[in-house]
Amino acid sequence: MSVRESAASFGLSEEEFDLVADHLGREPNALEAGVFGALWSEHCGYKNSKPLLRRLPTQGPQVLQGPGENAGVVDVGDGWAVAFKMESHNHPSAVEPVQGAATGVGGILRDIFAMGARPVAVLDSLRFGEPTEARNRYLLHGVVEGISLYGNAIGVPTVGGEVAFHPCYQENPLVNVMALGYLRHDELKRGTVGEVGNHLIYVGSKTGRDGLGGAVFASADLSDASDADRPAVQVGDPFMEKLLLEACLEAYGRGLVAGVQDMGAAGLSSSVAEMAHRAELGVDLYLDRVPRREEGMSALEVMLSESQERMLLTATPGREKALLALLERWELDAVVVGAVKANGRLRLFEGQRLVADMPVAALNEPPTYTRQGVEDEEVRRLRETPVDVPETADPAGALLRLLESPTVASKEAVFRRFDHQVMTNTVVLPGQADAAVLRIKGSPLGVAATVDCNARYVRLDPRLGAAHAVAEAARNLSCVGATPLGVTDNLNFGNPYLPEVYYQLEQAVAGLAEACEALGTPVTGGNVSLYNQYRDGSGYRSIHPTPTIGMVGVLPDVQRRATTGVKRDGDVIVLVGEVTGELGASEMLYRLHGLEIGAPPALDLEREAAVQKVVRGLIQEGVCDTAHDVSDGGLAVALAEMAMAGGRGLDVSLPSEPGARDDALLFGEAPARIVLALPGESAAARAEARCRAAAVPCYRLGLSGGQELRLRTVRGAFAVPLASLLAAYHRPLPEALG
Amino acid sequence: MTIAVVRFPGSNCDDDARHAFEFVLGAAVRFVWHRESALGDADAVVLPGGFSYGDYLRGGALAALSPVMDAVRRFAERGGPVLGICNGWQILTEARLLPGQLARNPALHFKCQDVHLRVERDDLLFTRRYRKGQILRVPIAHNEGRFYVDAPTLARLEDSGRVVFRYVDEAGLQSDDANANGSVNAIAGVVNERGNVLGMMPHPERAAEALLGSADGAPLLRGILDHLAGGRPSA
Repeated sequence: MSVRESAASFGLSEEEFDLVADHLGREPNALEAGVFGALWSEHCGYKNSKPLLRRLPTQGPQVLQGPGENAGVVDVGDGWAVAFKMESHNHPSAVEPVQGAATGVGGILRDIFAMGARPVAVLDSLRFGEPTEARNRYLLHGVVEGISLYGNAIGVPTVGGEVAFHPCYQENPLVNVMALGYLRHDELKRGTVGEVGNHLIYVGSKTGRDGLGGAVFASADLSDASDADRPAVQVGDPFMEKLLLEACLEAYGRGLVAGVQDMGAAGLSSSVAEMAHRAELGVDLYLDRVPRREEGMSALEVMLSESQERMLLTATPGREKALLALLERWELDAVVVGAVKANGRLRLFEGQRLVADMPVAALNEPPTYTRQGVEDEEVRRLRETPVDVPETADPAGALLRLLESPTVASKEAVFRRFDHQVMTNTVVLPGQADAAVLRIKGSPLGVAATVDCNARYVRLDPRLGAAHAVAEAARNLSCVGATPLGVTDNLNFGNPYLPEVYYQLEQAVAGLAEACEALGTPVTGGNVSLYNQYRDGSGYRSIHPTPTIGMVGVLPDVQRRATTGVKRDGDVIVLVGEVTGELGASEMLYRLHGLEIGAPPALDLEREAAVQKVVRGLIQEGVCDTAHDVSDGGLAVALAEMAMAGGRGLDVSLPSEPGARDDALLFGEAPARIVLALPGESAAARAEARCRAAAVPCYRLGLSGGQELRLRTVRGAFAVPLASLLAAYHRPLPEALG
Repeated sequence: MTIAVVRFPGSNCDDDARHAFEFVLGAAVRFVWHRESALGDADAVVLPGGFSYGDYLRGGALAALSPVMDAVRRFAERGGPVLGICNGWQILTEARLLPGQLARNPALHFKCQDVHLRVERDDLLFTRRYRKGQILRVPIAHNEGRFYVDAPTLARLEDSGRVVFRYVDEAGLQSDDANANGSVNAIAGVVNERGNVLGMMPHPERAAEALLGSADGAPLLRGILDHLAGGRPSA
């Protein structure tokens, strides 16, 4: 079979193959076609999403590094910066959950230290099918074990995240991992080859056949090895990565490194091509020098291997020997594998033989596609279906059922398997607040981070739902007292060639752009994961569109922060925002009635920004130390969570709204709502005055104290003992994890 | 006064120990690489937590064979204070500087949480700032922390008062629930016969500042500094 005939096996369409031939001035050989195919894949080249992603705001005075590098970097003040990025490992985790998730952690950490930052924290956004099924429990267990074994061993704390369950993730769990690192402004590194005459140094694990699974590698005549010999999923070695991390940071500190990049998706191919492209230079790469752990690997296998724990460095001119000596002291394989050239071409050599010769720019500039999206009629019908369910006669029972929804329930059983305190920076532990809070040693600053997405909202209205994800992330940061700074997004969608999926992607990106613009949180990088679908009888169904938002913020003084738990008896409970929520697209409707219908609540971004500003102002001034946002399950769930976390009861009356149903009051959802517990009359009065000044609604709901949650509406009252709330809230996850 | 913190490849609480001694307590800290065969001017030695050599074989098994451990053994024999935390305790048992073994947690998974400890001895250099029976809140974070020794050794440890810390509940009582990793007799830390080598699973260096939730571990670290200062309180 000719190379042209097997173009599809390299992931290239006929048109793309012709385009490669145009760039080369001849037909590519199999090696060249394979490298182009990998770099032009969605995962590396973003060919279906790039035109959409251009709509996202990426600028801001706080942005030190926007999209296009290994990770984004924002200024947090005092000369400090935070590098952060989120990436998915969905498909590997579906095949082999332990290693899939473990290497997801390893990969994102390399992106962080490739920026010159020391990784300081990991957060995970995990989604599975319902835990009632053994298969989903197996995946959950494996993913948690994988994150645990990698993160704990390398010594980077897992400080937060979310775990959600829905049947749409049945065979396609989502494993999105976000990492953060600290650096001083002048320590910022970039993935560049530097200047002509520099050498490329390969460091880390040897190259094997692992990670060669995807569709781009289905052709058997490329290698003597059979497909069966190729594990599709990479295997992680946190010990090796720890050595790599420490060696790289020490080398940066000694001024030995000019450029650095990790080898992630598409391995050596993408790291060399990207580093060369950023410097607008070329590279000669000597494949036989690449350290290998297997015999008989083909050139293409070496170029595309996704073996973990490998980095590519360029030495500061004149310091190459010192760099190699340092790497050797850390007992790492370090080899000069390439030389930087002025010609703008990536040339691959086996011995003296030139086996591939490709223009660097073309490798990095895949064709992009803009498609026509069409809304799924079924989704439109669901959204427009009026919510017409009978009101519950047992609100206490309904509250307990919501607390034991695995999506709402306590995730403590999961977090306890992760080391969340190593590095001794974790000020707010997972589960204690709406976002994680870390200190920066030697500085008064705090750094907050969160990951969020309500995929049901996004499914029913992609544009509005995606904007909600951004608003909620910013709200979560505001609830700990942090000023939001920047976003990393992980866009998990189905097959973009389906017009219904493309519509979701297009609309969701528009919603992200609007919300990021309004809330002042530019997108500094992210990841697109497409083709997330599962087999449903004879065909495939896409997952709920899930644009996970990772957001980072800063606390001017880490001593002034807020957590969820009510800390004193007699605190005044104040709601900032409207009392009544909507039932459309709510967790209540889903868990209690099995319905995913109606429109998500309207989102007024100006109101959202105003509410958040009031709350974080009160926290930053030291007026308030207890705040919690109202999200899944509405006010009743939010109040229950504040009571449980504080180990004390609340006595609360919800004001009536004309025409409002009790269940909308208790369990309805709406953005721009935050509950505060304020220590005494003067603090409460100050909060109310601040709300009035900002034209934000505000209600006094009651007081803390006792050992039960007592909720009153105009129609009646009910009370649930704390012990019953806690039993419901803590039951599902330990059961699911086994 | 210099505290040597030994770094094995894969140690990951080395910098936390340094921070606690250096920035919280104001002592001088020097890292010692696992391949060094001397401890230099060290006055006390800390074997930090982590996953030395990846712990692919058994917690601490390979680290116990590294060159620096001969120096640590000589240092301990001369009466120098040695504190092994978490993986550091595993290394001390593998090196036979302390008895027993740390087996996998009964739950067979990693556990990271606060535990309560009861101080069983307040006459050691490590515990001089505590009083006997005091309850401390300190985090644990480990996969292999279930202390085990055979019955005769256990009797000897108990009879000679070498159990330093025990897992208890908030009220100071022993229970199956409070014994977070199923250790024999709820033992969370033991000392050698001479009283200068302490191994413990909980992390005092993570509980050295109120900002992080508990400062109950700081007096232990400060006790070492007191001892080095000749028995007088160091601050």
